[in-house]
Amino acid sequence: MAYVLPPLDYAYDALEPHIDAQTMEIHHTKHHQTYINNINSALEGSEFDSKPVEDLISNIEALPENKRAVVKNNGGGHANHSLFWKVMSPNGGGEPDGALAAALIADIGDFATFKESFTKAALTRFGSGWAWLSVTPEKKLIIESTGNQDSPLMEGNTPILGLDVWEHAYYLRYQNRRPEYIAAFYNVVDWKEVARRYQAAIA
Amino acid sequence: MEHLLPPLPYEKTALVPHISEETFDYHYSKHHQTYVTNLNNLIKGTEFEDSSLEDIIKKSSGGIYNNSAQVWNHTFFWKSMKPNGGGEPTGALADAIKAKWGSFEDFKKAFQASAVGNFGSGWTWLVKKSDGSVDIVNMGPAGTPLTTADKALITIDVWEHAYYIDYRNARPKFVETFLASLANWDFAEANFKA
Repeated sequence: MAYVLPPLDYAYDALEPHIDAQTMEIHHTKHHQTYINNINSALEGSEFDSKPVEDLISNIEALPENKRAVVKNNGGGHANHSLFWKVMSPNGGGEPDGALAAALIADIGDFATFKESFTKAALTRFGSGWAWLSVTPEKKLIIESTGNQDSPLMEGNTPILGLDVWEHAYYLRYQNRRPEYIAAFYNVVDWKEVARRYQAAIA
Repeated sequence: MEHLLPPLPYEKTALVPHISEETFDYHYSKHHQTYVTNLNNLIKGTEFEDSSLEDIIKKSSGGIYNNSAQVWNHTFFWKSMKPNGGGEPTGALADAIKAKWGSFEDFKKAFQASAVGNFGSGWTWLVKKSDGSVDIVNMGPAGTPLTTADKALITIDVWEHAYYIDYRNARPKFVETFLASLANWDFAEANFKA
């Protein structure tokens, strides 16, 4: 059973002006689709092709050696983008509340401190990669970044918020101005979805 | 010592239609310039303040390494292209390529596959090894042969910013165009002889 491109919950132009329609469409239909095509062709006919992609990338070592790199890059790309679309919304922005807000304060600091730290992670990731808010196996929140399409799942953490800082995520609108893209991202973060993922991760 | 953005070896419009002036406005005037500016800021008050660019690349790490290597790599990349480029090398470099890959066509296939498969931001290089043979080497975001025993001959920048304005996600088309219409084999031959 092959992986399929998950539909977005909103239109390509729904995140304007923060993320433009053309970027969303190419990012979803070309970049994300290519990761899916690549992992499907690598796993076709193998015993691994029906497992959730998150399971595969959580345990890369279980794969035959000649499949590891392709699953790390393309399975990672599929999992990361699938999360990314879900944690953004045209009704996003603002701040988290409830248990997630309390945990953020306990583990990272107030919302301004969180933003500062998450922004730094996104800004200082040299080259292609992601900034993450993740839950550790000890149920603590941490901010981290990974290179290329590596996922926090590969190190045992569960990502609940991710920001794609590959240039393809922002180049058409922001060109070399990654700081402006990162600042705009906070306007579309769907904190309800992040909180839902937090609850699932600590359950 | 203040590092300066070296002039482009041609006009920003010289590689149209393969690389647009807009790409050079960003890639040269913004990205390359930012690496120069960052480097100058980062080395202030450090042991690298008066070092040459190549010395910094060979001895530094972290942000100073990334920015210095990117300054050098971009200067090398501009020289790796020319208007009406492409074609084939001649002489000793052509012989070395044939010895390694059998034919220039097979070299192109190998270079295309390497550059397309260089996952994420990075650089794909044709290098001369210490034994005089040539090879293709993929490197990451600020990778440069200067830190290895290899000598750089020609390179293609495969950061998305190198091709996103003109080619979007179509990296294979960008690499194909580089080989067919941009590659400066005179530059690579001179590096091979040096």
